[in-house]
Amino acid sequence: MDIKESVSKSKLSFPGQIHDTPDGGFFITKLDDVINWARANSLWPLIFGTSCCAIEMMSAADAKYDWSRFGFEVARATPRQADLLIVSGTIVMKMAPVLKLLYDQMPDSKYVIAMGACSISGGPFFYNTYSVVKGVDHIIPVDVYIPGCPPRPEALLHAMITLQEKIKHEAYFRKVKA
Amino acid sequence: MANEELQSNISEFLPSATYDESGEFLNVSIASDDLLPLMKTLYSRSDFQFDYLFCLTCIDWKDHFMMVYHLLSKTHNHSIVVKARIADINNPQIESVNSIWKTAELNEDEVYDLFGVQFLNHPNLRRLFLEEDWNGYPLRKNYTDENMIKL
Repeated sequence: MDIKESVSKSKLSFPGQIHDTPDGGFFITKLDDVINWARANSLWPLIFGTSCCAIEMMSAADAKYDWSRFGFEVARATPRQADLLIVSGTIVMKMAPVLKLLYDQMPDSKYVIAMGACSISGGPFFYNTYSVVKGVDHIIPVDVYIPGCPPRPEALLHAMITLQEKIKHEAYFRKVKA
Repeated sequence: MANEELQSNISEFLPSATYDESGEFLNVSIASDDLLPLMKTLYSRSDFQFDYLFCLTCIDWKDHFMMVYHLLSKTHNHSIVVKARIADINNPQIESVNSIWKTAELNEDEVYDLFGVQFLNHPNLRRLFLEEDWNGYPLRKNYTDENMIKL
């Protein structure tokens, strides 16, 4: 789907149907849909960056690209208040336990975006390295992958909107219990 | 002091040293046994006064190791590179220079961590970046482990 189209569709459509009656009206929806609509439009990213992808991530947060437009404005410095982990940069063996700890400290339900070649596969450090983790999905589950070295801020925004689409199609109550 | 003058002054007390002037610095190549006497002289003699060790590293040439010391004199504003050849690749050893330049302590920890060069008379030789139980020395040319994918 065209990104412009998907943005306008995801931002403007509140899930449900409005039925007008002479003295007002009523509204039919599913609890899952409303909760997911609210969750998807208010994701709080964790401030976490390990290399050059983090510069692009900061750029996406700044005024020019401004991820606040899609509900990501409250970047948190503690994992206990965040529900989105953007792995932006190379993860080395020594960083891996730290990343796992941060992920474990995030409250459910939590999401992970693997941003850039390094976090997808180790990228330029795939061969002949003693220190780099070859893909962050060896450590934590990943929801959305964005290729690029580094990806442009538009690509990150696209990944975040893709994640919102994923969240909107989840069965929320089943997910939390699982 | 100009490079030619440095070279002749060093030759006076260390005739076995060889020189290479093709790069930015004057390179002095010595055997590892000559390191400490040469370094002490370079530091303390008034016409040298190399009071600043600004880079310390190591090269693995497969058949030998080479320690590389970049020195600068803030007084005379001249610089020099000392290269010490360590012939024994199975048990590489060299004297520590931390008694002359304190900064060498951490630099030598790093070289020990990644190349496995033993520094004699070093106050606290330890793994600096890698975990304590790491096997091997990753910047050696023959290093490999089970996670490494060779190209």
